[in-house]
Amino acid sequence: MRANKSMQWMFLAAALLALPSLAIAQQGEIHIGKVTGHSDAGKQLYYRFCWGCHGFHGDGNGENGPYLNILPRNFVAATFKCRSTPTGTLPTDEDLYASVGRGFANSNMPAWISLTKQQRANMVAFIKTFSPRWKTDKPGDPINVPAEPAATLDGIKHGKELFTKLECWKCHGPEGRGDGPSASTLTDSNDQPIRPYNFAEGSRFKCGTTNHDLYKIFMTGLDGTPMPSFADVIKPEDAWDLVHYLRTLQVTHKSPELTLWMGSKEGAEFVKAQKVGGTPTGSGIKQ
Amino acid sequence: MFHWASSSMKRRMPWLASLLVCGFLVLTFLLIDSRSASALPIPPGKVHAIPAFARKYGMPCSACHEAWPKLNNFGQSFKDNGYQMGNDRDAPIFQQPAYWPVSFRMTPHWHRESVDRADITNQATGTTVEGRLTTHGFDLSGMDILTAGTLAKNISFLLVPAAGNDAVFAFESANVRFSNLLKSGWLNIKVGKFELDNMISEKRIMTLSANGGYQIYHFQPVTEFTNPVAPLVPFTFGMGDNQIGAELSGHSKNSYTRYSAALLSSNDGSVSVPNGHGYNTYLTFSQAFEAGSLGLQRVGAFAYIGRAPTYLATSSLLTDGFGQKSFYRAGFFGLWYLKKLDFMTMYTRGGDNVFLGTGTPSFSPLPVGAQGPTWNAGFIETHLTVNPQFILVNRYELIRMSRQALPVTPGVFEPGVSVPSADFGDIDALVFGYRYYPFMSSRAGFAIHNEFSTVRQRGGTALLPGGSGKDLTNNSLFIGFDFIF
Repeated sequence: MRANKSMQWMFLAAALLALPSLAIAQQGEIHIGKVTGHSDAGKQLYYRFCWGCHGFHGDGNGENGPYLNILPRNFVAATFKCRSTPTGTLPTDEDLYASVGRGFANSNMPAWISLTKQQRANMVAFIKTFSPRWKTDKPGDPINVPAEPAATLDGIKHGKELFTKLECWKCHGPEGRGDGPSASTLTDSNDQPIRPYNFAEGSRFKCGTTNHDLYKIFMTGLDGTPMPSFADVIKPEDAWDLVHYLRTLQVTHKSPELTLWMGSKEGAEFVKAQKVGGTPTGSGIKQ
Repeated sequence: MFHWASSSMKRRMPWLASLLVCGFLVLTFLLIDSRSASALPIPPGKVHAIPAFARKYGMPCSACHEAWPKLNNFGQSFKDNGYQMGNDRDAPIFQQPAYWPVSFRMTPHWHRESVDRADITNQATGTTVEGRLTTHGFDLSGMDILTAGTLAKNISFLLVPAAGNDAVFAFESANVRFSNLLKSGWLNIKVGKFELDNMISEKRIMTLSANGGYQIYHFQPVTEFTNPVAPLVPFTFGMGDNQIGAELSGHSKNSYTRYSAALLSSNDGSVSVPNGHGYNTYLTFSQAFEAGSLGLQRVGAFAYIGRAPTYLATSSLLTDGFGQKSFYRAGFFGLWYLKKLDFMTMYTRGGDNVFLGTGTPSFSPLPVGAQGPTWNAGFIETHLTVNPQFILVNRYELIRMSRQALPVTPGVFEPGVSVPSADFGDIDALVFGYRYYPFMSSRAGFAIHNEFSTVRQRGGTALLPGGSGKDLTNNSLFIGFDFIF
């Protein structure tokens, strides 16, 4: 009996000793599908690939930070633009993983798709060690994106009305060229000037290329930028109309919505007027 | 300036690296042989790493290089995309006007060269004896001026005027590339002088000593340049030499799958020389696959099929090569990663037409018993990337003749008639060393490079006047300061 009790105490002590180490082991782990990212492995990758811009301490103060006209992400602040979660919340691991692989158009952040899935997952695990927010807050629940209805001419016209009603034009401009009356006054959370997205350039969006991504952008907002979330002011079916209209503003980017829109007299005239403006020569952007 | 060493993670390294540096220096001075003689040449540095890109994109060297100049897959992908990140910031118009896409690289060094059975001539008596010859001293490498970048979106260039250590310049690379044709990464065209699409790149080789190059990329049977009779066009070819022509290439988005097909002038990259209006073809394909936490593995195959002239027809207006005969180099390779340890493996089969193999013009009769020479070659190169600042390198390489061009007469080497053994000209090469990068930045690169290499050629002394026919061994010790800015 006494021996049994001793054994029990020893087992309990061993379990108590093992628990913290188990917790420590799991602290720096994330899961992307079947891939488990480890922060210790991610640390080595971070100090190989990322520190030049994001800094040794993840605060965005890398040696190249001052030379970049869109400042590198400050991982300590843990404010992220591209999320599937509501505004103000932390993104999911999948959101961060997608951002690392996709890169950010019109910034110095490249797509790290040439790294393995394991390496990208490791990076994400390490990035999350910079901010205490990851210990106190949980990522938000991803927003529900309803199935996309087929684009219709009426829907596009409705989207155009919403574009005016929601005052998107104030920043993005009446033709979506990023030249609205407020455009020159915008700053991000670092008090750095920031330009609204220019649809006419036709480059991909910051947070993805699909209609699904575009839907998420204005339903979650781009935290840290003046782009707010419209989740509380727009219904899902209206949101899809707006998505379809925004696609028509990408006049250099062929899409079913643009084809449909140009089939109408109003659309054809609108697009023709939009194409009059120019973009810098040598940029590779079609005029 | 934010030094790499200021990172706590990296504080572990300097003492270890310093220890190794000291160890190598001690080893160096122990190995110095006072019996020095005339200087032996060292090939100029021909290695690529381009801080101009690091400056442009604000990334440290380690982003694109496993340890510069060796590319990692991200760097390979960047190169495959025509020196573009694909974030719509690649065109020159997005750069500061002061940005200048130029880098310089050079390697001041100390080196010791030793040949175990050189033909040493006594100037006083005029007699030649076979003996060890060793020399050492401070020296310079060649210099590369690396200019590369984008001219506009999807149009990029590479221009590399390179000088030997005598400051005589040549264009090592000069090409323009049209990327993402039809908006597809699978269609890219490059025209000009360029390195063959070798995944194991000699331009990014991690060894710098006199014997530290890839033997496999330059091997030719000794019978090709020892025929004393035939007035031939010297047949020279090296897969490591940059060639002139056009290349069609393609890759998947992450460069895991890659192919290229090149049409090249048959002149081994030389300019303004008669090439016999011949064209060569180089084909390569590789596929990478992920192996969990081990890293990215890659396997591939290549084939170079060419024709070269065996004699010249000259006139006062034009010179041209005729009597073209074929040659080939084909094989496969693998890049294997076990976390920080990686292996590069390569196998090559080579073969030359009998006229090329014996150095005989096609209008002349062949030596009795002559055959087209063939050989097998391979190497394994190991890297231990302790961290982005410190890498250990080792390579063992061998070349084995499987068929000699001339009949074997044991112990007798008679140029143009016979060779002394079936393994005549076989090569074994071993090299090991390390590179230590004291700091990492996106502005410049610097490495302390220590290396020892040795090459043994079977029966190599038979090529020397009065040679005994024994094996010829060259040793090279190299300590250099490799900088690029």
